[in-house]
Amino acid sequence: MALSGLEIYKLLPKTNCKECGFPTCLAFAMKLAQKQAELDNCPHVSAEAKEALSAASAPPIRLIKLGSGEREFQVGNETVMFRHEKTFFNKPGLALRIKDTEAADVVAAKAETVNAYSVERVGMQMTLNAVAIENASGDVTTFANTVAAVRARTNLPFVLISPNAEALKAALAREGGHKPLLYAATAENWQAMAALAKGSGVSLAVRSRDGLDELADLTKKLSEAGVADLVLDPGSRDLSGSLAQLTQLRRLALKKNFRPLGFPIITFPGEVADTPEGEVVAAAQYIAKYAGIVVLDHFDPAVAYPLLTLRLNIYTDPQKPISVDPGIYEFNHPTAEAPLLTTTNFSLTYFSVAGELDSSGLPAWLLICDAEGMSVLTSWAAGKFDAATIAKAVKTTGIADRLSHKKITIPGLVAVLSGDLEEELPGWEIRVGPREAVDIPAYLKTWS
Amino acid sequence: MPVTVEIPKEKWTGSIRQVTLGATAAQGGTRSKTVTVGGETTLPFLFFEGDIPNPPVVAVEIQDSYPADWSPVLLKAWGDTLQDPAAWARKAEELGAGLIMLRLRGTNADGQLTPAVQAAATVRAVLGATGLPLIVRGPGQAERDNELLVAVAEATAGERLALGLCEDKNYRTIVAAALAHGHLVIASSPIDVNLAKQLNILINDMRLPLDRVLMDPTTGALGYGLEYTYSVMERLRLAALTGDSMTQQPMICFVGEESWRQKESRVAEGVPAQWGDIEKRAITWETVTATALLESGADIVVLRHPATVGIIRDTITRLMAH
Repeated sequence: MALSGLEIYKLLPKTNCKECGFPTCLAFAMKLAQKQAELDNCPHVSAEAKEALSAASAPPIRLIKLGSGEREFQVGNETVMFRHEKTFFNKPGLALRIKDTEAADVVAAKAETVNAYSVERVGMQMTLNAVAIENASGDVTTFANTVAAVRARTNLPFVLISPNAEALKAALAREGGHKPLLYAATAENWQAMAALAKGSGVSLAVRSRDGLDELADLTKKLSEAGVADLVLDPGSRDLSGSLAQLTQLRRLALKKNFRPLGFPIITFPGEVADTPEGEVVAAAQYIAKYAGIVVLDHFDPAVAYPLLTLRLNIYTDPQKPISVDPGIYEFNHPTAEAPLLTTTNFSLTYFSVAGELDSSGLPAWLLICDAEGMSVLTSWAAGKFDAATIAKAVKTTGIADRLSHKKITIPGLVAVLSGDLEEELPGWEIRVGPREAVDIPAYLKTWS
Repeated sequence: MPVTVEIPKEKWTGSIRQVTLGATAAQGGTRSKTVTVGGETTLPFLFFEGDIPNPPVVAVEIQDSYPADWSPVLLKAWGDTLQDPAAWARKAEELGAGLIMLRLRGTNADGQLTPAVQAAATVRAVLGATGLPLIVRGPGQAERDNELLVAVAEATAGERLALGLCEDKNYRTIVAAALAHGHLVIASSPIDVNLAKQLNILINDMRLPLDRVLMDPTTGALGYGLEYTYSVMERLRLAALTGDSMTQQPMICFVGEESWRQKESRVAEGVPAQWGDIEKRAITWETVTATALLESGADIVVLRHPATVGIIRDTITRLMAH
């Protein structure tokens, strides 16, 4: 059961030595109670206190790391049911499944595609995170050879899939030491899987065929056998049932602090659907609702890009909206005669305006000012988007050199800035644009 | 010793209002059936702790004149059907739409303003072509919305159309028309829980019963503000389930309109190779936007592409199976 901040405080040294990074032991205790600090940060805590506190201080959903080096990724450590309550922290890893029954050239091509796929959005590179390799042949040597063949083409971490511990052991020897996930321990094979995972120090997935009771039973056995890094597969293979199970797992971990099920979850959207489109829908559900790893059976850039965008959206911190870089943005190949508009660097503001400029089909320049990531009215009210800000952006970007005119259009919501801006930018004509982005295309048509 | 896990269930005290669109001949309209949304007593699709008496509904968007500004992917998929709103509505019904949403563009193909009488005639033609209940939206400019929607409301008295959009600065005329002629309204607010509540209160103050109000939280497409809509819908739904009466309206999301406006759904050339095939990408864009918003509480999703209609109908069927 989780301890309150005061209960934790009683077990701490109460010396206020600050070595944990917090001003007082009480402040540290409060952070521990909120799962926002680790007990290890206190160098003076007694062994007895440590034991009593370890249960309460560990994150409710264990952090699991897969892979190594640049391609390492981590999942777990989530603290809320809904992103608006705080934020979702660790984006679910996206993997593509390859079967060892596929032809060697197909295996190689898939491995290379997943390895190389990277697409940019709001200045961030979005990539896939892992390759899942399944021992569909049932043959130990074929599996190990396939694993080695994929490893020759990528440093991505693997999810190694086989019911056979011997096959996984052979694969482990060939995967190159990049911290894979073994899939999966079941009621039938858990002893052998536990021995293998413990011996090799890698993470182990646990699959239940009979709901959460069997799952908790298995994780308890595995924990007792010394395997700490677990990933859960609660078993349901239908869209509705798996939504219920993943929601229940998240609630058990966060609201009940139920340790046996406090681990990230692995999902297989392709097993939930009969069609590639159904797989996309299931993958979208799992990204939004509580998956740690999503193993896809089909790769298509036209699908990967939307799914990675969804992941970016859902895992954006609601308290720290992504802002875009201040500067000049071009739409529809603007020439020196094209209109110049300006607005703030709040991501939603930018995307609303950019979307309209883009879809208008008309050439335009957009000057994004550094308004500390706030929307037009918010930043104006806070004094972060005023005539000086706009004038500074005009001067530092040198946009005047790229135009044959000196006309700048400001958002209609801050029409009040026109006078000040005329003073800040002598020789410029200040125009007031629409209040809403949706009216920009019509505005551009009349601009001259 | 077998483990028994106690499933944590929330005890929700509130529920979503049921709203019925359309009226049959017996009810004073001409629809072959009515569509009821809302009534949930739990979060989306969580049958283990509550009821979801009515599945979410797919509405198909049609327009009163040829949408030349639409993505080429959509123009190709619908072809000549787009020339005739009645044929378009019939086709949408065949595809399995549960509702038709007619968007009045406000101008005809030559860019001339549509007279109100013509808008009303188009609505009647669409009503004649399909037995499905109808949602009618104006062009989105206050004066024109009022002019056209009042004429439409009069010409279709008793049909229980859903008229929109009512916004904080322009709701009185539309609400009055709905009251006078037996229709519903869509209350639209800009991604904000309190503004949504406030508008519901204002509309209710005009004596329009809340079982005739749908709520549009404003849709952001995937990659273009989806996360804001997603979270505001989760917050509205949580508020509703914990008993906040003025947030208990069913939610409608204009997924197609927002999704198909974006570059990802329109542009085939000069974009990164990593974006993949335009048609598949665009349909996936609409599919993923719709899926995420169904999971956060949408009761009606308005779509544009025929393929997405099939995918999302299938998704709703699978989410409702339990």
